[in-house]
Amino acid sequence: MTARKGWIALIASGVGLALIITLFSPFASGSPDGLERVAEDKDFLHHAQGPSFEIIPDYAVPGIDNERVATILSGIIGVLIVAVIGLAVGFGLKRLAASRAEQTHTTDTTTSAPPG
Amino acid sequence: MTIPLLPIYMHIPDGFLSVPVATVMYVITAIIIGAAVRQTNRHLKESTAPLMGVLAAFIFAAQMMNFPVAGGTSGHMLGGALAAILVGPWAAVLIMTTVIGVQALIFQDGGLAALGANIFNMGILTAFTGYAIYRTVVSVLRGTRASMLVGSFAAAWISVMLAALMTSAQLAISDTSPWSVVLPAMLGVHVLIGIGEGLITAGAVGLVLSARPDLLRSATSAVTQKLSSSGYSGESAS
Repeated sequence: MTARKGWIALIASGVGLALIITLFSPFASGSPDGLERVAEDKDFLHHAQGPSFEIIPDYAVPGIDNERVATILSGIIGVLIVAVIGLAVGFGLKRLAASRAEQTHTTDTTTSAPPG
Repeated sequence: MTIPLLPIYMHIPDGFLSVPVATVMYVITAIIIGAAVRQTNRHLKESTAPLMGVLAAFIFAAQMMNFPVAGGTSGHMLGGALAAILVGPWAAVLIMTTVIGVQALIFQDGGLAALGANIFNMGILTAFTGYAIYRTVVSVLRGTRASMLVGSFAAAWISVMLAALMTSAQLAISDTSPWSVVLPAMLGVHVLIGIGEGLITAGAVGLVLSARPDLLRSATSAVTQKLSSSGYSGESAS
């Protein structure tokens, strides 16, 4: 299956590119972003509430002294998590569509029964 | 030092939105995500599933790269328009939900009560408006390579402005900041941030056009048939 190989290459190069980008994340601007700047200037930043729990707050893996390493590591973790979820949703929906197509095909002569 | 240092970025933290506003945005967002699951499932293209993982990864990484804009401010990419250009608006909604959801749950970026609003502003609104603008520009300019780049830039820039507008409206309705104050401030900053979004989006689309033009063709097949010069033949037969 050349198509499958093509997709694996696409996923590897795309996720690889994302991982390379995270290596530069320590150099991202530390200035407040648009909304934060406006909230500060227009005096409503004090409304902000902190999170009720923390896992990796502020894109820095806790317990790592080197700030850059902590940031890059959080980026790698985030990239891998969203890639896995994105692929799971995409291929899950694909499998669902395939099984539904098969089902409607086999039950074509009868009234198409709802799956389940 | 009374102001706590919070990871706010573009994402609305909890406390900025009133309970009714946050609730309404949750309901609207949930309904649209449900529709997106159904629509993506129904119209899934061969390239959509792998691209969903790739785009989620790329957009997450790109959102970490805050770039400086004027006056000690920074901005970062949203990515909704880019995702919609490549996989269509419905699958883009699922990609953006994944990214923004993980940012809120794992990285405490954006409040949990504000999550519905954040997904709507940064994911749903940008995906649908970005897609509509891109398609319009490309069809008006007859599907040339330049039209795709111009369309990408316009789609990205306008989608950021609309996201800023929507965020301002939610803050105003929540009585967090008056409409007349927050709207010009948000639009003023995002005029510049949107240019960054436009450049990154057009750059990414240009990259895909050179490396894998078939991906753009399958997403916008009706318009871009004319472009079909360099063919990638890895498409499986059904």
